[in-house]
Amino acid sequence: MIPTLFWTDGLFFLVLAMAGALVLVMRRREHFRRPWRTVSRSTPAMVSLVVIAVYLAVGIVDSVHFFPRADAAGSAAGANEPISLLDHWLGGLRTRTEKTYSEPFAAYAYAKEHLPTADGGQRWDYPRLTYGGAHLVDPESERVRDIAVTGVRGAGQGGLMWLIAAAGIAALIARSRREPIGRVVHRVARGQTPLPWRAMLLTLLLLCVGGGAIAEWSAHYHVFGTDKVGADVLYQTIKSIRTGLLIGTLTTFVTLPLALVLGLAAGYFRGWADDLIQYLYTTLNSIPHVLLIAAAILLTQVYMAKHEEAFASLALRADLRLLFLCLILGLTNWTGLCRLLRAETLKLRELEYVQAARALGVRDHGILLRHILPNVFHIVLISVVLDFSGLVLAEAVLSYINIGVDPTTESWGNMINSARLELAREPPVWWSLAAAFVFMFTLVLAANLFADAVRDALDPRRAE
Amino acid sequence: MSAYLIRRLLYAVPLLLGVNILTFLLFFVVNTPDDMARMQLGQKRVGPEAIRDWKHERGYDLPLLWNEGAEGTAQVTETIFYQKSVGLFLFRFGRSDQGRDIGADIRTRMWPSLAIATPSLVLGVAVNVSLALLVVLFRLTYLEFWGMALCVALMSVSSLFYIIGGQYLFGKLLQLVPISGYDGGRDAWRFLILPLTISVISGIGSGVRWYRTLFLDEVEKDYVRTARAKGLGELRVLFTHVLRNALIPILTGIVVLLPLLFTGSLLNESFFAIPGLGSYTIDAIQQQDFAIVRSMVYLGSTLYILGLLLTDISYTLVDPRVRLH
Amino acid sequence: MAILLTACGEGPWNSPYPAGAASGRTLFASFSERPKHLDPARAYSSDEFRIIGQVYEPPLQYHYLQRPYALEPLTAGVLPTVRYLDRDLKVLPDDAPEAAIAYSEYAIHLKPGIRFQPHPAFVRDSEGAYRYHALTDEQLASIARLDDFGERATREVTAEDYAHQIKRLAHPQLHSPIAELMKTYIVGFRELADVLKRDLDARGPRAVLDLRDYALEGVQVMDGQHYRVRLHGKYPQFRFWLAMPFFAPMPWEAERFYSQPGLVAKNITLDWYPVGTGAYQLIENNPNRRIVLGRNPYFHDEFYPTEGEPGDRESGLLVNAGNRLPFIDRVVLALEKETIPYWNKFLQGYYDSSGLASDNFDQAVQFSAQGNAELTREMLAQGISLETAVAASSYYMGFNLLDPVIGGLDERHCKLRQALSIALDYEEFITIFMNGRGIPAQGMVPPGIFGHLDGLRGINPYVYDWVGNAPRRKSIEAARQRLAEAGYPRGVDAVTGKPLVLYLDITARGPDDKSLLNWYRKQFDKLGIQLVLRATDYNQFQQKMANGNAQIFQWGWNADYPDPENFFFLLYGPNRKAGLGGENAANYQSERFDRLFERMRNMDDGPARLEVIQQLQEIVRHDAPWIFGYHPKSFALHHAWFRNLKPNLMANNDLKYQLIEPAQRVARQREWNRPRVWPLLVGLILFFAALVPAWHGYRRRQRASAL
Repeated sequence: MIPTLFWTDGLFFLVLAMAGALVLVMRRREHFRRPWRTVSRSTPAMVSLVVIAVYLAVGIVDSVHFFPRADAAGSAAGANEPISLLDHWLGGLRTRTEKTYSEPFAAYAYAKEHLPTADGGQRWDYPRLTYGGAHLVDPESERVRDIAVTGVRGAGQGGLMWLIAAAGIAALIARSRREPIGRVVHRVARGQTPLPWRAMLLTLLLLCVGGGAIAEWSAHYHVFGTDKVGADVLYQTIKSIRTGLLIGTLTTFVTLPLALVLGLAAGYFRGWADDLIQYLYTTLNSIPHVLLIAAAILLTQVYMAKHEEAFASLALRADLRLLFLCLILGLTNWTGLCRLLRAETLKLRELEYVQAARALGVRDHGILLRHILPNVFHIVLISVVLDFSGLVLAEAVLSYINIGVDPTTESWGNMINSARLELAREPPVWWSLAAAFVFMFTLVLAANLFADAVRDALDPRRAE
Repeated sequence: MSAYLIRRLLYAVPLLLGVNILTFLLFFVVNTPDDMARMQLGQKRVGPEAIRDWKHERGYDLPLLWNEGAEGTAQVTETIFYQKSVGLFLFRFGRSDQGRDIGADIRTRMWPSLAIATPSLVLGVAVNVSLALLVVLFRLTYLEFWGMALCVALMSVSSLFYIIGGQYLFGKLLQLVPISGYDGGRDAWRFLILPLTISVISGIGSGVRWYRTLFLDEVEKDYVRTARAKGLGELRVLFTHVLRNALIPILTGIVVLLPLLFTGSLLNESFFAIPGLGSYTIDAIQQQDFAIVRSMVYLGSTLYILGLLLTDISYTLVDPRVRLH
Repeated sequence: MAILLTACGEGPWNSPYPAGAASGRTLFASFSERPKHLDPARAYSSDEFRIIGQVYEPPLQYHYLQRPYALEPLTAGVLPTVRYLDRDLKVLPDDAPEAAIAYSEYAIHLKPGIRFQPHPAFVRDSEGAYRYHALTDEQLASIARLDDFGERATREVTAEDYAHQIKRLAHPQLHSPIAELMKTYIVGFRELADVLKRDLDARGPRAVLDLRDYALEGVQVMDGQHYRVRLHGKYPQFRFWLAMPFFAPMPWEAERFYSQPGLVAKNITLDWYPVGTGAYQLIENNPNRRIVLGRNPYFHDEFYPTEGEPGDRESGLLVNAGNRLPFIDRVVLALEKETIPYWNKFLQGYYDSSGLASDNFDQAVQFSAQGNAELTREMLAQGISLETAVAASSYYMGFNLLDPVIGGLDERHCKLRQALSIALDYEEFITIFMNGRGIPAQGMVPPGIFGHLDGLRGINPYVYDWVGNAPRRKSIEAARQRLAEAGYPRGVDAVTGKPLVLYLDITARGPDDKSLLNWYRKQFDKLGIQLVLRATDYNQFQQKMANGNAQIFQWGWNADYPDPENFFFLLYGPNRKAGLGGENAANYQSERFDRLFERMRNMDDGPARLEVIQQLQEIVRHDAPWIFGYHPKSFALHHAWFRNLKPNLMANNDLKYQLIEPAQRVARQREWNRPRVWPLLVGLILFFAALVPAWHGYRRRQRASAL
C-alpha cells in the first residue's frame, strides 16, 4: 500500500481543517456563539447536520487514496490506478459485476439470453446472476424470506452499533454536565435537552438500522440493482457522494478569496478601485455562466491533451478535471458574494467606530482585518452554506451538457445522464435514476434545511 | 433622467468590450482555426489542403491580434480579432463555421424561445404568488408547515428529474401531450403545455419561499396591523395592502429577467426539441461552432446589461422616492 | 381543463402533428442532427445523402431489390460504355493490358425529357431575361424563404448540366470532399482547380466565378444528351461514383441565382435549398425543426422494379411491380435529438419507422434459438416488422505503425499485435454494447462485398480456430504465448523488466462511454498489459491522428461503394495519414501489400481477383495493423402501414419506392393513444381536500381575533 494524495484530496482536507479552525476560533467569541447556539437548538438543522456528517464521513473515507499492492497473480491494471479507503472497504461491491442490468435484489438478469439446457440444446430465458442472490438454490421460493432475514439481521447489527454510540454520547453529556447518566438518558428520551438530542439520535438510529441492513444485503444482493455493464449501482451512488461534496466545498477556494478581497476593497477604498472591481464583476456576470464554464472545461481538455505525459493515469485526469470544474464554478460564483460584501462594507466604513479608528491613525489593513472583516463574516458564512446545495444540483445539469465532471468520475450527474434513456426501456430501468435521486435529494435537502437555520440565526435582519 | 440613461449606456461599452475580449481569448485558445476546419469539413477524405483553403476563405489564416506583415491600421484590422469581433458590436454576427448567417438564425429561433419563456415566467410568477399568498393566509396552521416543507423538498430535486419524470408521466404513461417537438402558429400550445408545467413546478420551491418572505415582511408592518385593527378581513388585508406593497420587489425582480427571455432555457429546449436560442447554444457548444457561441455570449451580455438598466428605470417608475442621477 | 377537453376532440391528444396530418400520404420520420450540407458537391455523410438522394439524380443508381448490389441506369438511358485509349488517344481493345491503357473514357447517354423541379431560378420574363437573377433590395425585402418567390419554372436537363457539376467539384470554395481524389483521375481536373484558385486569389475571396467560362479537358459534351468523361489510366470504380449525388446535374441558373449576396444573407443558398430532378423537391428546410420534402411535379417516368431477389415476391415487395413512382406525396422529417421521445413516438405510431438504439433493443427484439433476431411479442402485436442487414462498414482498432512500441513490421511486433487481436474479445463487445447487432470481422472485407468469404476459408487464422462448424476465438493462453514470443512475458518487458503500458486514444463524448472504456481496460488486463486511456475531444484526436502521434485508436469506415478496393485502400501505403493526409490512419506501409493492391484495384470481379484479395487478407491478418473489430448490422423497425421497405445500404434514393397506407395509420394511432385524465382529476381533488381543514382553521382564527 503506497498512499497517494490527489489534488482534490489535499484541498478537501484543507477545507475541513480550515472549517475546524474556524469553529475553534468562533467558539471563543461570544457574539459568534450566540447565533450558533440558536442553530444548535433547531431540530431540523441538527437532524440535517447528522445526515451531512454521515455524508461527510463517507466523503472523507473516499478521499484517502493509495495504490494497492499488486496481487500475487501480477495483475497489472490494479497497480497503476489508485483506489480509496472506501473502495478498499467496499471491495466486494466494486468487483462483483454482472453482465448487464439487473433489478434491485434480483437473482435473475433483466434481459433474456440463450442458456444451454441439460440436454445440450438452448433455451431463451433469464439467466441467473453471477453474484446477486447466488447463494440461493431456488430463488423463487427462498428469496423473499432470505431478504427479510438478512435485512433483520443487518438492522439488528446496526441497532447494536447505535446503542453503543448512543451510550457513548449519553456518557459524554453526563460528564460534561456532571449529572448522573440515568437522568441524562431520561431527559434525552423525553426531549428535554437544550440540544435536540432525541431527534438527532433517532436520525442516527434510522441511518444505523438502514445502513446495517443495506450492508448486510449488499453482501449477497445488488441493493440498487446493476447498470448497463453490470456494475453495482449502490457502489456508484456512494462513490458519487465525494464528487458532490467536493463540488460544493472546493469552490470556496476561489469564491472566498476573490469575493472577500475584492468586495472589501471595493467597499472600503471606493474610487477607482471600486469602479474597476464593479466593472470586473459586472463583465463576468453578464456572460452566461454555462458558456463560460463550457469554454473553461474545453480549455482544460486542450491543456491535458497537450501535456498528456503529466496525466498518466485516468484517475489523475479525472481528478484534475473535477478540480478545474470546482475552480471554474468558483469563478462564476464569487460575484454575488462580492456584491453583498461591497454593499455591507460601504455601510460599515461610515460607522462611528470605523471613522474613529481611522482618525486615530489605524492603518487601512488593520481596520479591514480588525473591524470590517469580523462584521461581514456572517454574510460569508450564509452565502457559503446557501451555495452548497445549488452547486451540487448544478453538477448534474453540467454533466448533462457534457461539460461537467469527467465521464469516468462517479457522480450523480453522470448517473442521471446515462440513466435518462433507461426509462424508455420496457420494463423501465428505474433503479439508477432512483438511487441517484434518493442520495442526492437527501444531501441537498439536508443542506437546504441546515442553510435555512444558519441564515435565520446569522442574518441580523431575521434574528428577532 | 436622460443624462443618467446616456451615462449608463456609455458604461455598457467598456463592459461589452471586456466580454468580447474575454470570450475571444477563451474560445480561440480552446479552438484553433485548424480545429474548426476539421470539425466542419467532416470525417472522410479531408486533406491538409482542404483545411488550409477553409481557413483562408473564412479569414482564419490571419494572425490573432496583431498583424506584423501589414502596414498602418491594417496591423490591427487585418487580424482575426478585429474581423470577427468588431461586427458583434453592431450586431452583425457574421456566419457560423457551417456557413449560415447567425443573425438570421437568431431572428427565427428567438420566437420559440419567447413562446416558452414568456408564459413560463408569467405563469410561474402567478402560481408562486398565489401559493405564497395562500401560505401566508393560512399561516400558523399545519398547511404552512407542510407547505414550506414541501417547498424545501421541491427545491432539493434536480431539474433534470422534473423533466425526465414529466416526460415519462404525462407523455408516456398518461398520453396527454406530445412527448416533445414544436410547431409554430396555433398548434404551438399543445407542445408548450408540458415544458410549461414542468418549468412552473420546478420553480415553485424557491419561488413560493421567496414571495412568502416578501409578504411576511409586509404582514408584520404597522400599517397592516392598523388595517386589521380597523376590522378588515384577512383576505382584504392581504390582497389590497400586502400584495400591493409587495409589488415593487416582485416587479423589479421580474424586470431584470425580461431581456433574458430571449435566450431561452437551455435544458427545457433541448429536452423538448424546441428550436429556440437555448438549444441553439447547446448545439453550438456540442458541435464546437464557436462563432455561434461567441454571438450568443455577446447577445446574452447585452441583454443582461439591458436588464440592469430596466431595473433601475423600473425603480423610479414604481417608487417616486427613488431618483436617478 | 374544459378547454383542453374540447380542443382535443378530434385526434389523439399527444399527436405531434396538426390534426388530419396522418390521413395524407405523408411519411413521418426524423433526423437527429441537422445535415451540414445539401450541396451535391459537398454532401458526403449518410444523413445528408438521405435527403439529397431524393432530390438529385446522378446518371446511375443501384437496383432497389437485387442483391448483390447492381448498378442500373437512372437518368442515363443505358449503362455507360467504357473505351480504353493509349497515350496517343488511340482506341484500345477491351482486353488491352493495363500498362498500355493511358486513359479510359466513359460515354454517358441521357434519357430525353428529364426536367428540373420547379424553381425560381428558371423563371424568365417575356423578353427571356431571368427574372430573379438580379434581385433588388425592394424585392429582397419581402423574401424570407424560398417559398416567397411568386413564380417557378423548369427546363429540360442537358448534358451541359452534368458537366457543370463536375466542374463544381473542382471549385476551391466548395471544398468538395472528393476533389483530391478526382484530381488524380479526371483529365484536366487538377488544372481546372488550379486555374480557379488562381482567379479567386486574384479577385478576392468574395468573387463569384461563372464556371461556364472555364473548360474541363476531361469532360466533353457531345450533344444535349451525351457527354464523355476521360480518366487517367484504368479506374473501374468510377462507375460507382456515377451513382452518387456528386455527379448529378446542376443548372448554372441555380448557381447564379443563389450567389446573390442578398439571398446568402437570408440563408437561402444552394447548400440549403437543392435544385434537382429527383422524385422529390425540398419544400421546407428548417434544420432547427423540420425538413419537408414534397413530390416533384415534373418527375420523369420511372416504375417500380418488376424483378427482385428470390423471396421478395413472398414478402410482398413486388405487389407494386411496374407501378409509377413515387407513392408517397410528402415527407416530414422532424428534428429529434433524444432517443426516449423518438422511440416513444414510434411506439405511439407517430413515426412510421425507427432505427433501433441499444437502449430499447431488449424491448423490441429477442433472439431465437438459432440466434436469429426476432421481434418480441409486444412488437408483433402492434404489427411492427423488423428489417436487418449487415452494413458495408468496418469498425476496427488501429495501431499506429509509426509508434516504436506497437508499430513496426518485424515478426516481434506483429506477434504483439496478434496477441492483442486475440485478447480483444469482440464477440463479447458485440453482445454487451451492440445487443448482438454485428458480426466479428475476420478481415478487411465485410459480407456482401466481393472478396468476402464465409466459412473456414474466410476466417482469420491468427485469431480464430475452426471448431465444429464455426470460428472460435483462440484462447487467452494462446495470446499470452504470442505476447511472450513478442518479448513481453506476462506483460512485462523481458529486457527492462518494466510492465508494458499501452495508450488508447479515444474521443470520449460522455458518461455513456464510461463502461466502454472500462471494458477496454479489462481486455488488455487479461494479458497483464496496462492500458492508459487518453480521452480527448474530437479535434484533438484528429490532430493527433494527422501528426501520427496516436498509439492505438478506434476508427470505422463506411463504404462509398460496394467494391473491395474501397476497403483495402485504407491500408495502402501512399495513402498514409501522417504527413500525407490520406485515409490510412494506421500509417501501414508494406511493399508487398501495395503491389498486390495496385493489381487488385483495377481487376474485374472474378476468380483471379478473389485470389489476389485472399493474398491481401493474409498479409494484413499476419501484420495485424488493425484489430479487425466488427461489421455492424443495421436493424430497422417499421409499422404495418409502411410498405415496400427493403434495406439497401448503397441506394440513397429509396424513398420513391416506399408506400404508406394512411387509413390504417389513422386507425392505429387512435387506438394506441387514449389519454388518461383520471390521475390528474384525483390530484386536483386531493389538493382541494387538503385545503378544507386549513380553511376551517383559518375561520376559527378569524373568529377568535374578531372577538
